[in-house]
Amino acid sequence: MTLREAKPGMTLKILALDDGDLKERLLTMGLLPETTVTVLRSAPFGDPMAIRVRSYDLALRRVDAAKVSVTLLSSGGKGAGK
Amino acid sequence: MSAITVALVGNPNTGKSTIFNGLTGSHQQIGNWAGVTVEKKVGHVHHEGCDITVVDLPGTYSANAHSAEERVVTDFLTGGKADLVLDIIDSTNLERNLLLTVQLLELGVPLMLDLNMHDEARRNGINIDVRKLQEALGTPVVQTTGRESESLHHLLDVFTGTDMSRYEPSRRIKRHMEQESAIRTRFEAIQAYRAERRAAGETGEEFAPLPENELDEQLMTLHYTLIRDLVRRSVTFARERRSTSDRVDDVLANGFMALPMFLLLLYGVFMLTFDWVGQSAADALGAFISGTFKEALAATLERLAVADWLRSLVLDGIVDGVGSVVAFVPLIFVLFFCLNFLEGTGYMARVAFVMDPVMRCVGLTGKAIMPLMMGFGCAVPAIMAARTLDNRKDRVIAMLVAPFLTCGAKLPVMALLATMFFPKSASNVVFSMYVIGLLMAVCAAKALGKALFKGEDAPFLLELPPYRWPDMRSVLYETWVEGRGYLVKAGTVIFAACLMVWFLSNFNLGGWAPESESFLASIGGGMAVLFRLHGFGTWQIGAAITAGVMAKEFVIATLAVLYGVGEAEGLVGSGIAASFTAASAYAFMVFSQLYTPCVTALATIHKETGSWRWTGFAALYTFAAAWAVSLLVYQVGRLVVG
Repeated sequence: MTLREAKPGMTLKILALDDGDLKERLLTMGLLPETTVTVLRSAPFGDPMAIRVRSYDLALRRVDAAKVSVTLLSSGGKGAGK
Repeated sequence: MSAITVALVGNPNTGKSTIFNGLTGSHQQIGNWAGVTVEKKVGHVHHEGCDITVVDLPGTYSANAHSAEERVVTDFLTGGKADLVLDIIDSTNLERNLLLTVQLLELGVPLMLDLNMHDEARRNGINIDVRKLQEALGTPVVQTTGRESESLHHLLDVFTGTDMSRYEPSRRIKRHMEQESAIRTRFEAIQAYRAERRAAGETGEEFAPLPENELDEQLMTLHYTLIRDLVRRSVTFARERRSTSDRVDDVLANGFMALPMFLLLLYGVFMLTFDWVGQSAADALGAFISGTFKEALAATLERLAVADWLRSLVLDGIVDGVGSVVAFVPLIFVLFFCLNFLEGTGYMARVAFVMDPVMRCVGLTGKAIMPLMMGFGCAVPAIMAARTLDNRKDRVIAMLVAPFLTCGAKLPVMALLATMFFPKSASNVVFSMYVIGLLMAVCAAKALGKALFKGEDAPFLLELPPYRWPDMRSVLYETWVEGRGYLVKAGTVIFAACLMVWFLSNFNLGGWAPESESFLASIGGGMAVLFRLHGFGTWQIGAAITAGVMAKEFVIATLAVLYGVGEAEGLVGSGIAASFTAASAYAFMVFSQLYTPCVTALATIHKETGSWRWTGFAALYTFAAAWAVSLLVYQVGRLVVG
């Protein structure tokens, strides 16, 4: 799956980033393969989304999140939706 | 006396500006770096007999030299002008902040780390062992809280008392740099080999050039391996718990609830600026200048028996001119205080996050919402607020469309015209002007984005910093600097424009002349030709439109004077209303709403873009849009109303 489909509360591990202009920006912001991210919340209409990565919060649009392949670690249980 | 230069570097949102303001106080020079529109701030401070020059470099996430800001940082640092480079780090966000640190170590600059906001980190359960971090890096590490003067004073002691030549990178760092150059060498070797094979006619997939990103990824992975190692050695984390910031965000930046919360806050800012504080102060100031002050001055001039023309110049030209400049000042200060305060709390990043879905529809990012909303108050602060946007496309578009909105000066014009021409439905007519202005801004943003900035879309990656209580000294100082900038630059222009209107409306080639025979009347006559098809092609209206470019308030004032409205009868009962039909009156209102921004707004666009071409474009395209839309309105209106 990609980060685009992730829901609030999910914890995911990054597998790979698509090549392209965005890749270097994502790497700079600390999104590397093997990094764990948690989806915190989303803006009205579900887009953009806010994620926690390396102990800070980052907002990105889902169209950009589609460039990040991830695997699900936990779906967040009762924290989901918060 | 000795002298040293200290450069401040760091990620955005680390409290770097607060430290800079705290260190240098008001001894700052603000300008631009040569050739780019990146702000350059240099401050001076004396400490222990040492003359310290502090250079505040732009906040960046990396030193890759991809953006203008990053290039400014790397160019300055590799130029060797800094005796000491202070890397300011948000202690609550050590990992990502250390990426820049690692890149700076590679540049070989005399680096010192400042773990800022260490108090906040400790509250969040993050304990950093400064001594261990210092050993692991081989560079000096200090801690600050950012706003306490004690910790800033300590920084100055460190600046003058640290012998940077005593430090050299640790073995771990040296090994990292060897690994990095090995990766680069290997990457280049592979590229060279593949290029060679391709030149020899090989076409296989395994000989295709490697993407440049590949090297980035390998280097970043190496950097973050080092950072993980550094953090593991020197930091202990207590059990993670949900911070206050998270709980605030659950309300302010979560799903649909975020929208009404934003509107409520926006309404508060608006009321503070344009009603409760800013406008009241502006009105009081304006009343004082045009009332008490002007009367006293008039009496004095009378006593001195100065010539009529000189008295008119002083009273109607200079005093009215200065008065209109000064009346803006409280608005600007209150508005910028609010914006700087909200920026300091971290809420502005949430606004961008929450409004992004809306703004994306018109091809902008969420951050553009604030400048545009300000356009309903005054285009000048709106244009100034556009500087907070990340890329040039968003900045320029926001500046170009903000003047379409109904600003505080257009509102009385619209209200007066509406009561004059449509006494029964005045408020609906005024409201329709707001809607037309907004629609025009939306369409223009979309069209300009498509036509002028094809493919310049920046990805929307935005850090949401933790909520913090802003440092009031910094908020006030930034407000003062921005307000003063407006006063000096725009002020001189308004002043000149008022003198110009005074001159044009009181003279012709033969010298002193009544208004109906003045230069303004002649220009109005020429202008009127353009509006024959609009139903309002008279020289009086042409003159009003011309004067309105100086300041929108002049539209009404000029109409009143040229149609010879007496004090007693008032505008509504005058001959003005009789010279319009319903359709042409409405078309004239639409035109007044949309056409060329006032000279103050244009001067601000010039100041912010640094380009006469954009300024000229802003003046002309709005005129063309207003001309076309009002023509359409008149012709359609004539068919409907008859």
